[in-house]
Amino acid sequence: MTTRDVFRLIGQAQAAYARCIDSDRLEDWPDFFTEKCFYMVTTADNHREGLEAGLIWADTRGMLTDRVSALREANIYERHGYRHILGQPFIEEDDGREVRSETPFLVVRIMRDGSSDLFASGRYLDRYLVEGDAVLLAERVVVCDSSRIDTLLALPL
Amino acid sequence: MPTTTTTELPAWPEGLTRVPYWVFQREDVYAAEQENLFRGPHWNYLCLEAEVASPGQFRASFLGDTPVVVSRDHDGELYAFENRCAHRGALLALDDRGTAKDFTCVYHAWTYSLQGDLTGVAFKDGVKGKGGMPESFCLEQHGPRKLRLAVVHGLVFGSFSDDVDDIEDYLGDEIMDRIERVLGGRTPVVIGRFTQMLPNNWKLYVENVKDSYHASILHLFFTTFELNRLSQRGAIIVSEDGGHHVSYSAIDREAERDASYSEQNIRSDSGYKLADPSLLEGFSEVGDDTTLQILSTFPAFVLQQIQNSVAVRQILPRGVDRTELNWTLLGFEEDTPEQRKVRLKQANLVGSAGYISMEDGCVGGFVQRGVAGASDHAAVLEMGGASAESSESRVTEASIRGFWKAYTAGMGIRQEVQA
Repeated sequence: MTTRDVFRLIGQAQAAYARCIDSDRLEDWPDFFTEKCFYMVTTADNHREGLEAGLIWADTRGMLTDRVSALREANIYERHGYRHILGQPFIEEDDGREVRSETPFLVVRIMRDGSSDLFASGRYLDRYLVEGDAVLLAERVVVCDSSRIDTLLALPL
Repeated sequence: MPTTTTTELPAWPEGLTRVPYWVFQREDVYAAEQENLFRGPHWNYLCLEAEVASPGQFRASFLGDTPVVVSRDHDGELYAFENRCAHRGALLALDDRGTAKDFTCVYHAWTYSLQGDLTGVAFKDGVKGKGGMPESFCLEQHGPRKLRLAVVHGLVFGSFSDDVDDIEDYLGDEIMDRIERVLGGRTPVVIGRFTQMLPNNWKLYVENVKDSYHASILHLFFTTFELNRLSQRGAIIVSEDGGHHVSYSAIDREAERDASYSEQNIRSDSGYKLADPSLLEGFSEVGDDTTLQILSTFPAFVLQQIQNSVAVRQILPRGVDRTELNWTLLGFEEDTPEQRKVRLKQANLVGSAGYISMEDGCVGGFVQRGVAGASDHAAVLEMGGASAESSESRVTEASIRGFWKAYTAGMGIRQEVQA
């Protein structure tokens, strides 16, 4: 597979990922990951210092499913949505089966009352597995530029 | 004695069961709190000793609004002083953490030792005999204000006051013992730092921390996924002055034996189960049966053990309706790799995205917005009676009443209430 193809596949997968969260189809979000996967949300400071704990930390797809169930059934928060704006993926490594890439993002949070704020900016540090025409996330480390979260982080980034 | 006069404030209701909403709204209250509570005769949490372990290491922190620096000098001792140049007031340390030989103000290069003493003034003697400071200028007479420090099992507390009691007396034996239970004899390691900005007055967050009544009502994670243990015992401890508290729960071995049969027949009401229940497969944190211990010290510090998630929370007022909550998540040098992994998993329970704490990030804002037009009304705190005493039931607001008892005394709003 050429680099151009990988770039296109990852670009498409990430557009679908953002669209899934932003259109409130959270139940489909775990499907972007392999079953044995790693997902965490951390901050640039913690990442630089090598601190291991995350705001969200999951090492199985089941834990991602549980995130969504908890948001739907248990957790209480004011209704809001996201708009993800993703930059171009930068392909760091591509051995044909596994691709490492980095993608910058901005997330606008739109609250129930209509107020829209830049909620988070950062980058996705990803490891994708390529299976034919499909790519799945084996690892996504969401590194937020700021170490501050306003109010709470409910929906995934 | 409080020095900022609060006589212009409306009257505080009698007893401890009413909290007037104006206390969350007024700028003059905010200013008086800074002076009386954060710069006054109280101990405020600054940082972990582990963050300033070696000579030259420093940590910038805050006493309320007031920026301070904690540093370890080459004599091995900890020092703390205001993060403010004695010349024109600029910050001395611009990084949150780091290592320094000394602190030099970037504005005019006035230099301070790691103990906060002024050691040099740029162009003090002028240039070519012209300019410079007057001969009478004495370095020793200028410097940022210094803090008293106290270290309790690795927690560094500071105070500007010479009148505050020693920390052991300030906290009392019960609180000291409960800090020791979690941190004593171990070496904490920072595994993550996160800041959560809360859209509410700082005291609404303190109330929330001390509110053992809301836990199972607002936080539905454990209930929804049927993760509550039936056989729990617990209690709250309120310090004599009301200001500090501990709420804990522990496995009740006796009840567990009795309940083991009936547990077989428990059906899930909600029908929800975790796909990956390993989240809660932890270990006994310190070898006892206590699975949860929330501890707060007056005015604005929290030490938590929620299963194997151990963290400290520094609560910093940032305006009448804004609060900065600094979470420092801890592991311990003694952790096995498996134990560390449990901590990383259980960190999902706490913080801005925590399964059992994200609600606390928004509920204070609901109150702040809810009371916008109700300054002359008051919150009702009658659950569990009217006193601020330790209790075997956690269906009580006693520790919140305790906070207001200490608060009104510390603010000089009224003499200590008998309750």
